[in-house]
Order: sequence, then C-alpha cells, then structure tokens
Amino acid sequence: MISVGVDVGSISAKAVVMQENAILASAVLLTGYNARKAGRQAFDQVLAAAKITAEQVDRIVATGYGRNSVDFADRAVTEITCHAAGAHHLDPTVRAIIDIGGQDSKAIVLDANGKVKDFAMNDKCAAGTGRFLEVMARALELDLDAFGDLSLAADRAAPISSMCTVFAESEVISLIAKGERRANIIAGIHASIAARVVAMARRIGLRPPVMMTGGVARNIGVVRALEEKMGGALIVSDRAQVTGAIGAALIAATL
Amino acid sequence: MGSDKRILDPDKEMRKIKADKRMREIMAAYYIEAKTPREQRGKPIAWITSGGPVEPLHVMDVIPIYPENYGAMIGASKMGVGLCETAESMGYSRDLCSYARADIASATVNGGPIGGLPEPDMLICCNNICGTVLKWYEVLARYFNVPLFILDTPITHTRFDDDMRRYVTRQSREYVAFLEQVCDKPFDYDRMKVVGELSLRAQELWQQVLDTTIHKPAPMTCFDAFFHLAMIVTLRGTQTAVDYYEMLLAEMRDRVARGIGMLPVEKYRLVWDNIPIWYRMRWLSEKFMARSACLVADTYTSGWTGWLPHADRNDFLGFMGESYARIFLNSGTDLMAENILRMVKKYDADGVVFHSNRSCKPYSLGQYDIQRIVQEKMGIPTLMIEADMVDERSFAESQIETRIDAFIEMLG
Repeated sequence: MISVGVDVGSISAKAVVMQENAILASAVLLTGYNARKAGRQAFDQVLAAAKITAEQVDRIVATGYGRNSVDFADRAVTEITCHAAGAHHLDPTVRAIIDIGGQDSKAIVLDANGKVKDFAMNDKCAAGTGRFLEVMARALELDLDAFGDLSLAADRAAPISSMCTVFAESEVISLIAKGERRANIIAGIHASIAARVVAMARRIGLRPPVMMTGGVARNIGVVRALEEKMGGALIVSDRAQVTGAIGAALIAATL
Repeated sequence: MGSDKRILDPDKEMRKIKADKRMREIMAAYYIEAKTPREQRGKPIAWITSGGPVEPLHVMDVIPIYPENYGAMIGASKMGVGLCETAESMGYSRDLCSYARADIASATVNGGPIGGLPEPDMLICCNNICGTVLKWYEVLARYFNVPLFILDTPITHTRFDDDMRRYVTRQSREYVAFLEQVCDKPFDYDRMKVVGELSLRAQELWQQVLDTTIHKPAPMTCFDAFFHLAMIVTLRGTQTAVDYYEMLLAEMRDRVARGIGMLPVEKYRLVWDNIPIWYRMRWLSEKFMARSACLVADTYTSGWTGWLPHADRNDFLGFMGESYARIFLNSGTDLMAENILRMVKKYDADGVVFHSNRSCKPYSLGQYDIQRIVQEKMGIPTLMIEADMVDERSFAESQIETRIDAFIEMLG
C-alpha cells in the first residue's frame, strides 16, 4: 500500500508519500494564490523525490485549508484529525498537540490511539500564527528563519500587549524607535504568541507529553517561549511541518 | 409552458413541512395588521422584549411587536451588516448587541425587511434576557417619546426565593396599572384568565412539537424550530397560536408515524446552544445535513416553555412575574448546564454544538464551563462556533467549516 497525504495550508503546501508505516519522501512549497495548483505540485514533487509514478499510488487524502480544492484526492480530512494521526505516528506517547500554522493556531487533545478528544482553534484573527510572525519579520527587516536564533540572545522580552496583528506591528515599530534591542523585541513577539496559544490550549485541558507541530515549530524562540509559558517541555519532531501530511497519508492507507 | 415547469425532487418534497405555508400566512397577516395606519387598525402598538410578559397586552387589545424577532428577520435577510454600520455611524459601539444596533438603526431609517416596524405607542422591557435591553429601550423611549414600562427580574442563579417572588409579583400589578393608564381603560381580569390559558396551551403544544424529535429519525431539526418559533414569541396568548401549533403537532406526529425524518440519513444527533446564526441558517443546515448530522434540539426554542413547571393556571398574574424571572437565560451557569445535560439525555444526542454569540453575552458567558461540564458528565464531543446572530462580519466561513468537519470526524 502506497499512500500520499497532501496538506495545502494558507502559506505552504506539503506532501508526504508513505509505504505502510515508512515515510518515503516529503515535499514543502509555497501555496501562492492557487491552492489547487499548489496541491498538484506538492504531489508531483513528492512522487519525483520518492521515484514513483502516480499509478503506483493507492490512496490520497487531502487536508489543510485547501483540502477541498485537491480534486485528485480520495477524501478530504481536516488538519485537526490529520495532525493528531501524524503526531501519534511520530510519537505514540503524545497526548496533546500545539500546532501553529500560517493562519491558525490549534490545540488538540488526543487519546492513546491518536484519536481527537477535543480541540480549540484561534479566533478569527491572525495574532498567534505564522502570518503574525511574517508581519513582524517585515517590520524588523529580518528573514523569518533568523528569528529563532536571534531571540535566544535576548536579555528580556519586550512587552507587546496588543491582541491585533496590525496594532502589535505598530507596537514593534515604536519599540524600534525607542531603541529597544532587536533580540528583545523578537523575544517579546514570541512571548505574545506563546501567551495567546497557551491560554487557548489550557481551555481544553492540555496535558503532557505535548508535541508541537506546524511550520512555526522550526522557530526555536517560539518553542522556548511556549515551554516557559506552559512550564514543561515540548516534543518537536524534525518532521513538524509535515505532520499533517503524514497524518493524511496514514488515514489514506486505511481507506 | 410545460417545459418551463420546475422539476421537484420528490424526496425533498416529502420532507418539507407543509405547515410552513400557514405559518407564513399568519405572520404576514400579523405584520399587515400592525403596519395598517393607526386610525384604521384602532389597536395601539407596544414594542416588547422577547422574554417580556406579552399576555396582558393581548388582554388590553394591544398589538405586541418584537424588535428581536425583527432582528432575526434582518439577519435572515442579510441586512444586518448595513444596519449595524448605520448604528455604528450614529455612535453605537460594535461591541453592542447586533439586535440592538440593527433595531435602533432601522427605527431611524425606516429601512430593513417589510420597510421597518410600525411605530410604538408604548414600550415594555423585561430584563430577564439581558441588561442591554434596559438602555436599548430607554433609547427607543426617548426617540419615539412614548411611555416605557420596565419589569426588573432579579437573576435567579440557582434558587428563587420569597423576596424575589414578592418583588416581581408587585411589578406585575404595576404593569397592569401602567397598561390601564396608557390604554385608558380598565384591565379585564376575566379575559386575563382566557389569554393566560391560551398562552400556557400554546407553550405546551410547542413543547410537544419540539419533543417529537425524540423519535428517530427526527421529523424536524432545530433549523425548522427556529422558523416555527416565531409564533410562540409573537402570538402566545392567542387562539391563532394554539390552532397553529395543533396543526404543526399533528403534522409532526404523522411524520413520526410514517417514519419521515428531516434528513435522508440521520447518523448523528446533536443539540444546539444559543441564538441561531440567522444569515447562515441554510448554509449551516446544509453543512450538517451533508454530514448526516441532525440538530434534533436546542436550548433556544425551548426557552419559551421553561416556566410551565411553575404555572398556576388559576392565577396567571400571580405567577407571571415568577415565571418570567425563572427563564433559563436569567439563571446561572449551573442551571444552564443542567438544562443541556437533560436535553442530551432526553433527545439521545451524540454531541453539542455551541454558538459563541458575540452579541449575546448572558447566553455565551458560561459556555466554556458548560462545554467542560458536558464533556465530563456525558463524555461526548462538543463544538464551539464563534460568530454572531445578525452581524455577518463576525462569521469566518472557512474557519467554521473546518471546525464543523473536525467535529464530525470526532463523532465518527
């Protein structure tokens, strides 16, 4: 059984090809404005990387915001269910997930079988998401990939209190004007995301071990800020960004 | 000619509720009478809050008009955003209830569905549903320069004591005196008995209609209840409402006998909490239906029958204050949670859908606690949808669709 999971998120499209329980290849690219095309490209790329043809694929499941535009998939399943399945596969001890993606942040509580018991998602607002970080990186004229390491040099987290991405951006600009250290501003941005996400996660009864999934898990600064706020360690897989696609591929294999 | 004829889906036609047509006729007649010029109709008009005591108005031949029912019409006809923006430009905060904003705005522009409401001769405000209505009705009283009666119901939390009883019963007498003065005629206590009995009868029939969904498959969904509710809100205390609900009940019982459900396939049974999202009724109904999920009951439409246990049929005015004070929205989170637990058991539900309604604070405040209580005591999944009953700007379609899909995946 060869199965493919395609996760079309708001910022990036991910695909994973699996044979039984083994990951053969994965692919990540920017979604752009055409979700349908991005899903197809991710699919083509992952097959090329695994050196298999479309005919060899038995089942495909699509997930993410663009899940319903992936017309070649056998089924669309939400990213909540897929992240749970993916995280359970990566580490079966995991009982809760914090997933921060491009336009939403989620907390998921799961049972011993990787089934979703409860979940919460951010309100209709981009604060506390990957998009929030992108806006801040632009304001600081920095590459987002540098954010994590830079923030580790902070001696304090500059206070950022606004709940709104746009207003938080102006707070950042005034911090720059006041001459606040860049590392401290970045640490403040991370702390503000962590505060928001942990409050949401606590609402559904976050319990360890907690895994962090989604593209933002690559940012060590956010991971540390979350750990500090939660008062416990996070499990971060090097496959964090493709966890949803792994879950989709696993679910595809059961169809 | 024949080729133009619409081809009807026989399965859909079979599932349609036939009483809908009669309902539309009655509501049209009600608004036509109310909108007839004052000199021709003779009867004065009172604007009243949805949880206000309407029965004494019927006794005095006053036509009750419900700005909140009108708010629902504004929402359903997707005119909410425009009217809310008008209210905001008048200086009302976006955080204020969207019924209040839409109603206040429509009063000034004579706009909205049916070209606006007929102007009131008096205002009746009962704060058993929220605190916003006090200021809302004070604004209306100043704007229309008409008398305002306020029935103040203390929040009951978990108990209702003798002090509260005395407090609200005395106000019932003041209400009667207010009506005698404004209408300039004596109150007819004999007629109060008849109207009171008709009100209780309509409430009993309405509850029986709602209870037909205990049957599997459910003959109707809460989306149907949201529609048929208009009569219990606006016309309870009249023979029209009793006759209508008898007809609707007969139809529901017939559907049960014939095994006709509202959904072709009923895989999951759910309970809805909070006021409907009026501008997305069809969308939501279709989303759940497509996933074979039937919303069999809700806390909202049964809100008008909650006082039946406290009824004293021989003394309507005597228990009226108490019964209006004891509606579930005027109680605490514990009682609201108990109400939902009872409904989950009664209707054998697999999950609960909460609408966290930005407008309605008293309805939405305890929902996270209630959600936790339901999960702990019943072990069933719940869903929280963040939106607003009238203001479409608070509805994020793709986020909500993902939540609904994930919730259904949890059920399956």
